[in-house]
Amino acid sequence: MTKQYKTLGDDIWKNKVEKINAELFTLTYGSIVAQLVKDYEDFTEVNKQLEKMGYNIGTRLIEDFLARSGVGRCQDFRETAEMVSKVGFKMFLNITPAVTNISADGREFSLVLDENPLAECVELPDQALVDELWYSNILCGVLRGSLEMVQMQVDAFFVTDTLRGDDMTEIRVKLIRYLEEEVPAGED
Amino acid sequence: MSSSASATSRLSVMSMAASLPSVGGYSSAASSIYAKRNTTNILERHLNKTRGTEVSVNAFAFLFSEMLQYTQKRVNGIQDLERKLNELGYRVGIRALDLLVWRDKNSKRETRVLGMLYFIHTTVWKTMFGKQADSLEKSTENEDEYMISDNDPMVSKFISIPKDVSQLNCGAFMAGIVEAIMDGCQFPSRVTAHTVPIDSFPLRTTILIKLDREVLDREEQLK
Repeated sequence: MTKQYKTLGDDIWKNKVEKINAELFTLTYGSIVAQLVKDYEDFTEVNKQLEKMGYNIGTRLIEDFLARSGVGRCQDFRETAEMVSKVGFKMFLNITPAVTNISADGREFSLVLDENPLAECVELPDQALVDELWYSNILCGVLRGSLEMVQMQVDAFFVTDTLRGDDMTEIRVKLIRYLEEEVPAGED
Repeated sequence: MSSSASATSRLSVMSMAASLPSVGGYSSAASSIYAKRNTTNILERHLNKTRGTEVSVNAFAFLFSEMLQYTQKRVNGIQDLERKLNELGYRVGIRALDLLVWRDKNSKRETRVLGMLYFIHTTVWKTMFGKQADSLEKSTENEDEYMISDNDPMVSKFISIPKDVSQLNCGAFMAGIVEAIMDGCQFPSRVTAHTVPIDSFPLRTTILIKLDREVLDREEQLK
């Protein structure tokens, strides 16, 4: 099953996606984070802002993803995890993080990124390390936003980050609940 | 905005840390261990490791639109917004400059205005946006103005401008990149972006480069 997602992701990346220089992308993201740090001066607030920005992106990104990949509904959360890592990340960032540490009840998983285009050539100042800045926190927001649009309320957060001196970069995604489709008020 | 970054062959650290302000004082042995570990790692990376890597244009478009939305909430007025975009582009430009010059086969530093503009028109545009800029022109009215045009700027492609801010040009981001590169190569100037639509290219953007007095004087001496 994972094989078919991988081929799907590779295929979309090769044929359906217009590509640009990753370094421009990296530098732009760095510029944004630097601007946020200058504006807020408090790294927890910067984390929150990055997550919020990611959430806004995620709500729109999911449509692009569904339009381009044409996949149907996932059967369970495990499948969601595979879809996100093999197709989603591949399609936008050209990376395939590994899915690990799936919990027993299948409601949590970890994404381990071995390369992170957002954080190439980045070095955090000491104060950011002390105050727990998660540099790529926008990714957590994107995950939360896009999954919420497909009726899954999740919590995504960084566990470790190579920028902070850890061995690997890991995002933990926890399913909180499935959301009910709500009929908009006024329609019967 | 003067930048002391000069295009030398010294292996420069593309450290975002240099521009992040430090907040408050602290002293902790644990953090300096972190710092040490990170520093050795980043300096040992080869600069060509990420050369030629790609991401999707959608990812960039989403990121750029968020950047715009964030900036829009914190400014009043179009001029201010363009200035902020220019600042954001500036940070990208100074770092891109080091990389571009280091990778360029032609190792001679540009000292003449035309050479410099040609470098931006071809090399910079090609690496950053995947194609050369569409035209390079000298203004007939003013000695110190040059224009580089892009028929279909990637940054503005996915941005729709509402009528009430019709004068806004998201090319201000590109203008910031160009300004940083000009400053970094010792050609201080003021760079702005203007929309100059023509029939087949409604999004055509012109980057107007207004060179400082000292650059013109130097150019005179070199003739």
